[in-house]
Amino acid sequence: MSDTPFQRRRLRVSGCEELGAYRVLRVEGPCGPAPAPGQFAMIAAVERWGGGSDERPYLPRAFSVARCRDGEWHFLLEDVGPGTRRLSELREGDGLWALGPLGRGFQPPPPGCRAILVGGGVGIAPLAILQDTLAAPASVLLGFRDRARAHGASLLTDARVASDDGSVGHHGPVTELLAAELDREPEAIVYACGPAAMLEAVRALCLAADIPAQLALEAGMACGFGACYGCVVPKLGGGYLRVCLDGPVIEAKQLGALCAPVEGRAG
Amino acid sequence: MSAELAGLRLANPVINGSGTFDAIAAQSAFGEGLLEAFPFAAYVSKTITLRAREGNPPPRLWEAPAGLVNSIGLPNKGLEGYLREDLPELAAICARARAAGAASAGVPLITNVMGSSSGELEQLVRACEERPEVAAVELNVSCPNVETGLDIGADPEQLQAVVGAVRGCTRKPLIVKLTPNTADVARCALAAEAAGADAVSLINTLRASALSPSRRLGSGEPWLGGGSGGLSGPTIRSVALAQVAAVAEAVAIPVVGMGGVQSAAHARDLLDAGATVVAVGTESFRDPSTGWRVAREITASSGA
Repeated sequence: MSDTPFQRRRLRVSGCEELGAYRVLRVEGPCGPAPAPGQFAMIAAVERWGGGSDERPYLPRAFSVARCRDGEWHFLLEDVGPGTRRLSELREGDGLWALGPLGRGFQPPPPGCRAILVGGGVGIAPLAILQDTLAAPASVLLGFRDRARAHGASLLTDARVASDDGSVGHHGPVTELLAAELDREPEAIVYACGPAAMLEAVRALCLAADIPAQLALEAGMACGFGACYGCVVPKLGGGYLRVCLDGPVIEAKQLGALCAPVEGRAG
Repeated sequence: MSAELAGLRLANPVINGSGTFDAIAAQSAFGEGLLEAFPFAAYVSKTITLRAREGNPPPRLWEAPAGLVNSIGLPNKGLEGYLREDLPELAAICARARAAGAASAGVPLITNVMGSSSGELEQLVRACEERPEVAAVELNVSCPNVETGLDIGADPEQLQAVVGAVRGCTRKPLIVKLTPNTADVARCALAAEAAGADAVSLINTLRASALSPSRRLGSGEPWLGGGSGGLSGPTIRSVALAQVAAVAEAVAIPVVGMGGVQSAAHARDLLDAGATVVAVGTESFRDPSTGWRVAREITASSGA
């Protein structure tokens, strides 16, 4: 049974540092129970949440916890819309509303099975906290659009990087690295988070190779706790799953094709 | 500050808008914490239809200025699935839920139903009548009539006929959830009252739409998978206030007022406009404990 507090809590921003094209937002305070890798929180600035572009944001934004360390929660931000812009502006001492931890996280790898972590862009966040908890070394494959975003790879250790523009690491999608890795490591389990197109490629690859995969999904979400029914993704065989309640980590074999726009409107 | 709604005794005057709080999901997300500070003095289920529905294809949400457009499509297990699975679970939650100001645990469970014809609604309401867990029935009449194509709740004559037919199927309190998408909401409220409704609730979402940001220039491609949706949140608060005032002025039965309530001050506005009870909806998405906070503040400010 969950012991997540039944109310949003006011936390204190302890830092919001640049990491290439991203920022790492750190908060402290009554964070609540420690999040399991893959769990998320609904977050919003206490001050000036609203009044940005298009008189938004209004709703809180769903963020995977990227790291939980020394009484702090870390979130990885990319400024892509009025909500993420406001969050990126936060500085030490500012207030942050947080509800969570929420959702189902990653399940640990079965004994003797090598974990392969596959991340794309800002979606690498839950893989960092996952790597922190893994008992055995994992293969880490991270894809980014360009060099500025590839700085995010420093959140994880021993990452092999791919970039869309070829400015760093392998020139091409990270799923090409994954395909090669699966050829070498047939006794593997894949943990992935990233844009819908990347996750769909991971899903198809792992299904074809009969390799278990746990996908951390993103979806436009109003509440984060199953109330709004807004964040659905297609279930294999018909119907929908709620990303917030049934996920955000869902086994690939439970899912139908992840077609855009799964990620929703820029937050 | 206790309240009475069509014979139901409530520990405070704050309930939820149908479809804005899934108590089963909330219990799985928050555990016992939900029951110890239950946000509502009565719990209204999401809309139940005769047959199961999967809901609309995504995307289902669009963030509006200080509001939300949704096109969820009423996903539910259908009457049979509700009666077998969800109703017992909701009843167990409601029996253990402690509302703000309550001396003991237990909040009434109101089941919200929708049908596209009188016959469907009668079947749904008769099923609720047979179940002791259901304290009251709320009719969602924001649905096109399969025969006429008109929204049942938008046309006073049609509404009166449907509510009259359903009235004969239950002795439980009958609440009619009015649609704001009509020319004269007070006339609709009067029609519901004349047909035997014990209370009316309003406002439901305002019809709204959003176009896809990535659409081809000149195309009207909608963003929402369901095509169009309904607007809620702070942006509709003043519309709600006007409609609640107009309805409360017209009818003698109690009014459940809702639309953009975020605080005790907003709830107080609706009560002063003539509502007996207020409902919290979209704000629960931002903070699930909103109802609890509003109920405590309003009780403190009324000195009771």
